[in-house]
Amino acid sequence: MNKIPGYRRYIPGTQPPYLHPPYVSSMKRAPLQPLVVLPHTLSEITGPVFGPEIADVKACDLTRQHSGEPLGERIIVSGQVMDENSRPVAHTLVEIWQANAAGRYLHGIDQHNAPLDPNFTGCGHAVTDSDGRYRFVTIRPGEYPWGNHHNAWRPAHIHFSLFGPAFATRLVTQMYFQGDPLIPFDPIFNCTDNEKARSRLISQFDWETTIPSQALGYRFDIVLSGRESTPMETHVHGEKS
Amino acid sequence: MSLQTTTWQTVGPFFSIGFSWLYRNNLAGPGVSGERVEISGRILDGDSKPVPDGIVEIWQANSQGKYAHLDDPQEKAAESDFLGYGRVPTDDAGRFRFTTIKPGRVPGPDGKLQAPHLAVSVFTRGLLRRLITRIYFPDEPSNSEDFALGLVEAGRRETLIARKMDGRVDTLEWNIILQGLGETVFFDV
Repeated sequence: MNKIPGYRRYIPGTQPPYLHPPYVSSMKRAPLQPLVVLPHTLSEITGPVFGPEIADVKACDLTRQHSGEPLGERIIVSGQVMDENSRPVAHTLVEIWQANAAGRYLHGIDQHNAPLDPNFTGCGHAVTDSDGRYRFVTIRPGEYPWGNHHNAWRPAHIHFSLFGPAFATRLVTQMYFQGDPLIPFDPIFNCTDNEKARSRLISQFDWETTIPSQALGYRFDIVLSGRESTPMETHVHGEKS
Repeated sequence: MSLQTTTWQTVGPFFSIGFSWLYRNNLAGPGVSGERVEISGRILDGDSKPVPDGIVEIWQANSQGKYAHLDDPQEKAAESDFLGYGRVPTDDAGRFRFTTIKPGRVPGPDGKLQAPHLAVSVFTRGLLRRLITRIYFPDEPSNSEDFALGLVEAGRRETLIARKMDGRVDTLEWNIILQGLGETVFFDV
């Protein structure tokens, strides 16, 4: 069998370490032994692929999942999913979850003293189109306090989960908002050394997707690991002719 | 011009809001071929405390060693009702449980077959990105020639091999120790 090209490995510094003491929850959960580098095999270059049929079309509009409209500022969050080789990642599942406008999650362990919104669940999913584009309608999530340290507050954010074409391309991340004054103080946002890598987690206000009298648009593009270039082996061994 | 991969962020404690619609703890319906196996275990932290806000994702081949994916070049038939994907959260005791079939052997480097295994992603509050590991099967002779197990120092290999419960090969236990004594082997993929 021909050698199968694997996916590229992360560029050092562009991904968070497991142990990041400012994020206190990492202290007892980060492994202390070095990771074992695993060359990519068929198990890593394949992965679950969910067709468009899995997605409920209503799941991309988080403002229409109940009888009434949720409170808060309606926004459009959209973007393009590409790989490192600048190729769109078509037909891949994107999942999101978030707090409501008051900064409260619809979750049993969220004890923040802020109201729940009977018209907002805070979850959605969509499958990218043939150009790798996705689009959600939602409300701007609120900031909220958390127990990491004294007077700790999370900046407003939306959680994103993507599969891409392979086990190796899985990504879970968070999207932030331009100009949020809490960002410089957030140990989760700041867990990655590389400043450019961090800055790409901040969505950009976008006139193009803003709908007059209806909703502001924010653009959040996402890049998944790309294929290594095809091995040159067959070339090296040459054709007999 | 190459782009740079988006940086990971933790799933945090509230991921069930976004993930629960796709929870799957039974990977193999009645029509799927292969030996059924139930695998359960706990995720434990560096103080051996259970992790109640964790989630495990599984990716595996079918019983013939074929992945339900276009990039699997093997001339074997995929099964239309077997995707090979599972997603299971932990409960208050840090426990997860799923049922599947034992996969067949799939090719590894140098054309040698790998031992049957499940590829596993682990997500929890506190993990800034996923941890990647594998589950291998007990009493499996091919484990001794598996290339990935061979990359692991001998004393830690057993963390990747599920254990029979009550002597049964169809009921396995496999724990994920995030940190410390008996720490599970995690891979850089």
